[in-house]
Amino acid sequence: MSIQTTMAEPPAKTSADATTAQKPSGELKRLRQLALAAIVPVTMLVVWDVMVRWTGTRLVPSPSGVAVMMWDFAFGGIYDDAYSKSLPIHFWKSVQRVYGGFLLAAAAGIPLGLMIGRIPLLRALLDPTLSLLRPIPVTAWLPLSMIFFGLGPKSAIFLVFLGAFYPILLNTIFGVRSVDPRLFEAAEMLGCNGSRLFRSVVFPAALPSIFNGLRLGAGFAWILIVVGEMTGVPEGLGAVIMDGRTLSRTDLVITGMIIIGITGFVSDRILLWINNYFLRWSPQHHA
Amino acid sequence: MLDTRATASPILRINDLHKSFVASNGTVEALRGINLTISKGEFVCLLGASGCGKSTLLRIVAGFEHATRGSVAVYGFDVDKPGPDRGMVFQDYALFPWLTVRENISFGPRHQGRSKKDAAEVTERFLSMVGLTAFAERYPHQLSGGMKQRVAIARVLANDTDILLMDEPFGALDALTRSKLQEELIDIWRTTKLTVIFVTHSVEEAVLLADRVVVMSAGPGRVDSEIKIDLERPRDVSSPEFNALRRDVTRRLTSHIVQGRSDKPAADS
Repeated sequence: MSIQTTMAEPPAKTSADATTAQKPSGELKRLRQLALAAIVPVTMLVVWDVMVRWTGTRLVPSPSGVAVMMWDFAFGGIYDDAYSKSLPIHFWKSVQRVYGGFLLAAAAGIPLGLMIGRIPLLRALLDPTLSLLRPIPVTAWLPLSMIFFGLGPKSAIFLVFLGAFYPILLNTIFGVRSVDPRLFEAAEMLGCNGSRLFRSVVFPAALPSIFNGLRLGAGFAWILIVVGEMTGVPEGLGAVIMDGRTLSRTDLVITGMIIIGITGFVSDRILLWINNYFLRWSPQHHA
Repeated sequence: MLDTRATASPILRINDLHKSFVASNGTVEALRGINLTISKGEFVCLLGASGCGKSTLLRIVAGFEHATRGSVAVYGFDVDKPGPDRGMVFQDYALFPWLTVRENISFGPRHQGRSKKDAAEVTERFLSMVGLTAFAERYPHQLSGGMKQRVAIARVLANDTDILLMDEPFGALDALTRSKLQEELIDIWRTTKLTVIFVTHSVEEAVLLADRVVVMSAGPGRVDSEIKIDLERPRDVSSPEFNALRRDVTRRLTSHIVQGRSDKPAADS
């Protein structure tokens, strides 16, 4: 089990180090970084393979077994069962739900956070309630969300929304609260006040924090999509993992895990790229 | 030149201004009974030791803080909030880090509803006045301290300010950069005919820059004395006249410090 859970991470590590390696010049340096990053995942694959052979377990497939499953899941032609060639549809459904819930959370969390951070009355009104609701694990909302939204994708989107909402909201509030008060003074003295302050000062000054919230939120969104899709939706990567569990097809489970790992990683890279573009004025916020 | 300044109409009048802060151990009196009139085009330095309330006074004039009693009037109108007529240059620059040099300077004009073309024109003029045209596309984090302060000055100038408020603006800069900026500030002041209120704790800086030095004493902050500096510009810091004035001002500044010390036990008993 511990092998399986860690398996979702190594691909992420490889490319993460590869991109940071872009700074020092030279192909050689980049190659060296890549090689260094590959050591741990390759070792883990080998250990995994050896352990499966050595114990002779039938519960966990070997890496090659998972690779075959992944190929079949993506392109078909090997097992030709219900899961062959079905990756695109599952992937697409999950991506839609993740980004649907995530964008809803951003659309609600950022403006609300800007206002709570800046307007004391709103803070006094909402902060206590939000602080009470926040410690409730999002997964605990599952039964209620099924009652509210029925068995289906809406319930999954709601969970993703809730999971992404709090990190986005809290980081936005934090960002606004930690803006240097001098900047507000400077803006007011230059004739910028009232609601224009939000657009011209509050939002850009809080942007580094907002991006932190978005990256955290997107991470939670990918975690919660699996939980959300385990409840009676026919398609989606979470549903695939749930099916794999019911059918005792561990190769399918691991395949789903690896794909979520890679997608979550790529999605974080995209956010990071956007982050670096919009925060080009602040090198310490480049990751 | 100096004479016309002295007789010019007052642009700023501070009338019996008091300021107290509420602290955990009761109220602290920061300013007591400040009276000060500043003429249009005058360069005034507020000089005092730290804690004499000179920065607080400047912040009240800027409208960032409110007086407990008394008033500040610009052209006869009371001020109670920040406005484009009074432009502040902070010691720590307070530039908008997400805007380029050019965008920082055009921030004021754009927010005052000037046309794009007009705002761009003004921006270019002040960019070149502070000698930063080549750095227009840089972000503040890519600038040295001296350059940042030039941007901050250009930012308020572009805003068509009447009174330039400067809160120890060169305090964080190295000596060479400081003297360069002091020179440039005088040039700018002469070409723009601005009124400048400049807070400093350096006697030399005050005597070098000001038409009039207002010496403040601490505990609570009061105006101790006002000294006119009738020296030709550019001023020579090594000249006997300069040094005589510097000695005078230093004596005024230290006299009340010594006096303040002997005051304390008397006040406590």
